[in-house]
Amino acid sequence: LQLDFWLAPRGPGYPVDIRVPFPSLQPLKAHLEANGVSYSIMIEDVQALVDHERTEMLRGRRRLPLSTNTFDYATYHSLDEIYAFMDLLVDENPNLVSKLEIGRSTENRPLYVLKFSRGGTNRPAIWIDTGIHSREWVTQASGVWFAKKIVLDHENDEGLASILNTMDIFLEIVTNPDGFVFTQTQNRMWRKTRSVNAGSTCIGVDPNRNWDAGFGGSGASKNPCSETYHGPYANSEPEVKAIVDFVKNHRNIKAFISIHSYSQLLLYPYGYTSTPVPDQKELHQVSKAAVTALSSLYGTNYKYGSIITTIYQASGGTIDWTYNQGIKYSFTFELRDTGRYGFLLPAKQIVPTAQETWLALKVIMQHARDHLY
Amino acid sequence: DIDDVGHKYYLELVLEDVLDKDSTVNCTAEVLYHLGNKNIAPDVQFTIEGELKNADEADNIFYNRIKSLEKELVAENIPDSHGNVSPEMEPIRLLAWVASGYVIWQNSTENTKFQLAQIKHVKQVKRIDEYLEFDYVILLHEMVSQEIIPWQMTVLWHPQHGVQVTRDSRQPKHASE
Repeated sequence: LQLDFWLAPRGPGYPVDIRVPFPSLQPLKAHLEANGVSYSIMIEDVQALVDHERTEMLRGRRRLPLSTNTFDYATYHSLDEIYAFMDLLVDENPNLVSKLEIGRSTENRPLYVLKFSRGGTNRPAIWIDTGIHSREWVTQASGVWFAKKIVLDHENDEGLASILNTMDIFLEIVTNPDGFVFTQTQNRMWRKTRSVNAGSTCIGVDPNRNWDAGFGGSGASKNPCSETYHGPYANSEPEVKAIVDFVKNHRNIKAFISIHSYSQLLLYPYGYTSTPVPDQKELHQVSKAAVTALSSLYGTNYKYGSIITTIYQASGGTIDWTYNQGIKYSFTFELRDTGRYGFLLPAKQIVPTAQETWLALKVIMQHARDHLY
Repeated sequence: DIDDVGHKYYLELVLEDVLDKDSTVNCTAEVLYHLGNKNIAPDVQFTIEGELKNADEADNIFYNRIKSLEKELVAENIPDSHGNVSPEMEPIRLLAWVASGYVIWQNSTENTKFQLAQIKHVKQVKRIDEYLEFDYVILLHEMVSQEIIPWQMTVLWHPQHGVQVTRDSRQPKHASE
């Protein structure tokens, strides 16, 4: 019968596992039934399983793109693929782009920032980060697209060219790499960092509650098991500390934009208090213009306003801290959609989302360029 | 504000057909959140101005397809990590969306905002009568706390008799986190 024993017979009372070639199925079943031996089917078709595994393995060994022109922007990528993309982009544009390591994550992954600069020394700068909450996949994917867009347009697009004539752009695409890898390997819905919490089995701190602005107040949780756990103290998370150090050392950042999903909102400070920021009027006007530009492309509807009046009270948030550092043009985006797919935004929406968001980013950057302080 | 009772909201909204963006219907609603006991679902009254589009044909196609399956339907992760939903699974997802609306209504307060994040698992349950029955485990995303909450729901459906959630229960967060 050519039976292949995967768990060999040991004696009465012990189970036996057998791979059965197709022609022997009927005879074996008849034999077992005739002798009152019960059986169950663990795998219906072993060949199908083997074939599937083979396809998966071949896919994994697919060669990485050789240039940023063959990179597929309309699909979600792994951390390794994004880090490789960054190196390609720098290699292809050494006069415009450089890669900085601003620190290491809890699990010791490098934290990379791309710097786009036409020269000068410590020019006034714009900061953009994506992927601080790892499950918000459209943001890291958009970050990759923004990087390529800057390189494509920096000479021929008037608006962008004039921005880069006076300012630098810093872009951190994977702000929370540990969380990002976790969403790809274990739990697609992971939001926080992956730091260990003393005295708890729960992992991770919400990096958008860990900043030193109203830290620990209403709008964050002190429970390590919560998705909005603020952490043991402000800047406890290396991912946050790295940005704090960078901003403080640079001293010349004029606009700071942190990108999230989902809800389709453009937000400015504060989240931790209902006291309006002194620059409320101006930030509201800029938001209005940015949202108008965004909608002009595909009709996507955005709401805008301060964090606390538009979304909810949240303490220890990124842009509350950056604003209090004197970075007037501090904004947060919540990208597509409004809940139909939520975090699981179909890949075909990546490029349209990135395109429309870029228009809003340009409005903010141009305003900063025209109103340097 | 209604003293000793709760908070009442008067809403004017526009319903949009998910499958046909140009098909819209106006709607007015009143929602009353009860004071105190948060275990009572909010009261909802609504009026639809006009008629909802007829979906009999699509309903019957789906119904007959499931009825004629040799083995009970089983599936997981809809949409998948990349947001993909296969065409065969789209009605299963829409059914979950409707049914989760009931679960969300029953568990909403003025301080919650739920969305259906994903179908983790769905299993068809064989029935001797004409109804289709599906046992779902869904993930609800609660926006204020940002929590992802697994929820079991048993859903009954028939093209002429509509959707019913016959059983539902909040599940504990999985150990592998």
